[in-house]
Amino acid sequence: MKFVGVTSCPTGIAHTYMAAEGLEQAARAAGHEIEVETQGSAGFDRLSPETIAAADAVIFAVGVPVRERARFAGKPLVEAEVKKAISDGPGLIAQAVAAVEKETANPASAKSGSPPPPAGRLVTKVDQQASVGNRIRQWLMTGVSYMIPFVAAGGIMIALGFMAAQLAGGKNGAIVVTKLYSLTGPPVPNPTHIVNIVTDFNPSNGMHWAALLFLVGAASFSFLVPILSGFIAFAIADRPGLAPGIVGGFIASTIGAGFLGGIATGFIGGFVALWISRWKVPKGIRGIMPVVVIPLLSVLITGATLILVLGRPLKALSDGLASWLNGLTGSNLILLGVILGLMMAFDMGGPVNKVAYTFATTGLAAAAVATTGTNLQIMAAVMAAGMTPPLGLALATTVRRQLFSEAERENGQAAWLLGASFITEGAIPFAAADPLRVIPSCMLGSGVTGGLVMLFGSTLRAPHGGIWVTPLIGNPVLYLLAIVIGTLITAAAVIALKAAGPGPVKTELDAGGLAEVVAS
Amino acid sequence: MALITEKLVVLDLDSPDRHAATRVLAQALADEGRVTDLAGFLADVRKREEQMPTGLPGGIGIPHARSAYVTEPSLAFGRSPEGIDWGADDGPATLIFLIAAPEGGGDDHLKILAALARRLMRTEFRESLMKAPDATTVVDVVTREVVNP
Repeated sequence: MKFVGVTSCPTGIAHTYMAAEGLEQAARAAGHEIEVETQGSAGFDRLSPETIAAADAVIFAVGVPVRERARFAGKPLVEAEVKKAISDGPGLIAQAVAAVEKETANPASAKSGSPPPPAGRLVTKVDQQASVGNRIRQWLMTGVSYMIPFVAAGGIMIALGFMAAQLAGGKNGAIVVTKLYSLTGPPVPNPTHIVNIVTDFNPSNGMHWAALLFLVGAASFSFLVPILSGFIAFAIADRPGLAPGIVGGFIASTIGAGFLGGIATGFIGGFVALWISRWKVPKGIRGIMPVVVIPLLSVLITGATLILVLGRPLKALSDGLASWLNGLTGSNLILLGVILGLMMAFDMGGPVNKVAYTFATTGLAAAAVATTGTNLQIMAAVMAAGMTPPLGLALATTVRRQLFSEAERENGQAAWLLGASFITEGAIPFAAADPLRVIPSCMLGSGVTGGLVMLFGSTLRAPHGGIWVTPLIGNPVLYLLAIVIGTLITAAAVIALKAAGPGPVKTELDAGGLAEVVAS
Repeated sequence: MALITEKLVVLDLDSPDRHAATRVLAQALADEGRVTDLAGFLADVRKREEQMPTGLPGGIGIPHARSAYVTEPSLAFGRSPEGIDWGADDGPATLIFLIAAPEGGGDDHLKILAALARRLMRTEFRESLMKAPDATTVVDVVTREVVNP
């Protein structure tokens, strides 16, 4: 058999190389071939992609995390402490042989999506044929895996905040909690009586607790795009990718470019960092490359590209869409509902979604004095359409588990609550990992829901809150029906599209890998 | 300069524990001007040792560090007939290799240490060091196997 290995240790001058030697000796003695990448402090020469592709299994004998680990994804894996390769190389080789045999004996495990670890900590095989496409998906999935905790923590806290506000503040509680509390300020003058929850927190005031949940959740949410972007870049360029990726993602978030903007900055940041880190530089400069040169240039290039190249088109797009929507008002309401629904699901917090949402909330403000009207219907359509993407994906992960990776399935459980609370971001991990199949599915469901809400004539007087503002919804039964229909459509579409294409991508974060990353 | 010289070989290392043994070898490095600050270097080695003792099966101990107080890649070799506990499961270490690497060394600098580490895994190499009658032989073996293979 053919194996590849990686060895590393904290100091990088002794164990790394002894372990490599141990593996090579053991492989030779057992009649196998192995090539070992020594990730020591003398830097490392990457194994060629062809070598890795040709290997039957991968052996990690490491004292520090494997660098650019994604290169090895999809192979049967044996992972051990670096010392194990020194003291018992033959044992590791035997484990690797067993891992290959297990894989061969049970190739179905690749599709079932339930990796059999923890014994040898195997990673099931990904379809290797589409190598570029697969690598792109693995990069995306790495970003998504690291983002999911932020989505789950933030989303659930925001949802709990709404619930608590509903209990403490009555039917308008879920609106008030988003508006009247802050971690800074209050502004002077303070006409709306904004409360600074840092200085004026009152434990006996239920609304303050609700606001606390909401604000912490919102803080967690503000990291979605930076973390997504940062870890896409990390997957591409390893550590040098983090700074440009995170900063780029933050700017994308700030200028309203949403998660699609974050994916763009992840790729830009990652490849810029990778490119710079491969420059051949004189010895004297080499020492300052990782601490000064790479971060400085990669962050600058990524940030500037986003602001100067993407900034204006984004603004123009937003303005154009907004005026187009305004022009549509008064024409066919059902068509408007469909369009708003499509926009809500297109980028889930990105510029297109923002235009639709802002269009609705602006109308809501204008309608504040009216009791019925088109504006309240528009708000209802927008919120319903924003709820179906996470709900549809939650449903899809429940009924067709094997089409999703472990990380996605876990996110699917949180997505029920997020969808029900009109936190469309709950769908972002799915959309970021597989945009071409997930986004159209979400748009289909949201478009139908948007149109149906208009048809049913439901209204909504709250800008946010999901099912927690049901008392503020006019015609709530049909409203919920529209959401259920959209949810079913999105789930059916995503299942159909996913079943037709390649299976889920496994990353190192699947199969309990997250704990391992945290521990190291 | 050479990776190892006769003055960096201690054939009758007789120390109560691994820290004392390391000190003896580190002193040799300091005497030769390869370590500029004995206490600082020992602290660096100890830090590594505390992460996990560097004793390995087969009776060897490889205390090592990359340290700002090291001027060039060096090996100090000690042999302890009684053996010194180095934290390995299968008993005390009889062959001690104190490996010193400069902090900011370039790749070429460290390649020689990588070659040394690989040789430590070869039984013949260990045996010839075990049997070497004097310091000159030790230096010859290391030079032949590691420096000019």
